[in-house]
Amino acid sequence: MSSTYEVTDSAKPHLPGESGVWMFIIGDVLIFSLLFSVFVYDRSQEVALFIEQQQLLNQTFGLVNTLLLLTSSWLVALAVHGARTGHLSQARGCFVLAILGGIGFVVIKYFEWSEKLTADLTIETNNFFMYYYLMTGIHLMHMFIGIGVLVFLWQCVRDAEFNTQGMGVLESGACFWPLVDIVWIALFALLYLMR
Amino acid sequence: MGRLDSGDGIVVAVWTWIGFREKFHYATAAILIITFVKIRFVFLDFMELRTAPWPLRMAFEVWAIAACVTLLGLYSLGV
Repeated sequence: MSSTYEVTDSAKPHLPGESGVWMFIIGDVLIFSLLFSVFVYDRSQEVALFIEQQQLLNQTFGLVNTLLLLTSSWLVALAVHGARTGHLSQARGCFVLAILGGIGFVVIKYFEWSEKLTADLTIETNNFFMYYYLMTGIHLMHMFIGIGVLVFLWQCVRDAEFNTQGMGVLESGACFWPLVDIVWIALFALLYLMR
Repeated sequence: MGRLDSGDGIVVAVWTWIGFREKFHYATAAILIITFVKIRFVFLDFMELRTAPWPLRMAFEVWAIAACVTLLGLYSLGV
């Protein structure tokens, strides 16, 4: 076990990761907020169409993916805690499971998109499916980046020399994954559940 | 806890305003509110904003309330 990194005073504020990463996260959150607002506004102009087309989505896929991402985010939080307290084997295991959760999401998304494309529902079908492919596509790009980041973080904690200096990098990378989760939670509500 | 109470107050105020509108789909409003409560817990606990410097935490708290209220308002245009 290498050196540990404790946030000894729990009352003292602690910025997880680098401030630059947070600027990126805030920018991403604002861009997605704008996209969500435009979607809900456009939906209000064609409510009947959006509700009718929404029936063609598979809510089970959406729900399973929500559970996968929530669990995956929780595992990343556990991994960071494990690395911080010197439990590197716990951190490694949690990162592997989180990566598998992310891959599971992508596989389900592949089946979901295949199902839609087979039924001839494309980005050009109507406004609902334009937003569906646009928003889930942008989210999927974040998923690929996020899985890449998780693999990198897993490599970091595999290093027996992992120490305090590495914690900043670990926290910075780990902050990105829950962002992907947050965006999906909102997308699930807007695309699959909103009536 | 005080911040949570003020956030709840805003949600209740929006809910009451919504209540005056006819044909409003309460289930969708509830889904949106629950969604942002869930999002709030993800950024507080999984992104560790609960122990982050207050300006950063406050920025996300304000964003969650503003985004939820905005989406509820835009949604109400179509009912």
